[in-house]
Amino acid sequence: MIGFTHYLILSTVLFGIGMYGVISKRNAVAVLMSVEIMLNAVNINFIAISKFIRSETGIGQLFAIFVIVVAAAEVAVGLALIIAIYRQKKSVNLNDFNLLKW
Amino acid sequence: MNLNDAVFILLALITIGSALGVVASKNIIHSALLLVLTFLGVAGLYFQMNAGFIGLVQILVYGGAISVLIIFAIMLVMDVEPEKTNLPTPSLGRRMWGVYLVVLLIIALGASIWYTRWPLAMSAAGADEMTVLANLMLGKYVVAFEVAAILLLVAVVGAIILAKGADDK
Repeated sequence: MIGFTHYLILSTVLFGIGMYGVISKRNAVAVLMSVEIMLNAVNINFIAISKFIRSETGIGQLFAIFVIVVAAAEVAVGLALIIAIYRQKKSVNLNDFNLLKW
Repeated sequence: MNLNDAVFILLALITIGSALGVVASKNIIHSALLLVLTFLGVAGLYFQMNAGFIGLVQILVYGGAISVLIIFAIMLVMDVEPEKTNLPTPSLGRRMWGVYLVVLLIIALGASIWYTRWPLAMSAAGADEMTVLANLMLGKYVVAFEVAAILLLVAVVGAIILAKGADDK
């Protein structure tokens, strides 16, 4: 019988896949895509808690909506930053973005 | 195994498989298209958990807007041949470090989830979720709602200014 724990474990696995993408990818757009996978995993947790755990009705879904709003803002600004840096450096490789490193 | 469990397993396989494809693919266009499939699988999970409104928002915002934005950005910044656009980092140590961290996370978090006694609610709330969400958003959490609106406005203006570049004049 599929229950609450199965949803949480699915979300953990999804979060782990996103985390591996963030650590191992070099393309900045791919890293943003992995961050989106991680945010989706968190949203699955919110919806599962809203359904299965004793809590205020609908509060988990409300939090999921706010996470989606912040994710949309994050991806818009992130892609604009990548395009701006690409114009300067002609590259989207994260190893080339060491302007602020010393 | 009843129908609910079968649907969950199918959706979980689609979601995990396409998420693995996003990370493993060497062509970033394939990664973006598999990302859309991941988002749709997650939307299916929302529908399965009786969260129809969030599922529709997921399809609209993630499956529609964000994926189109990502594919446009890929088209703007792609300069080499597509088969080499999404290679993993060349250092094997960094990749092994990533695998190690992820396996550690999944084992530790998964074990703690599995052995915790959750205060489960017995009766599923049958309330109309749109009404509940609207009452929460425009009642108790109206400040957070307005802050989210301002955040979206600022992010869109900032994204336009960043992507347009500085004025030459």
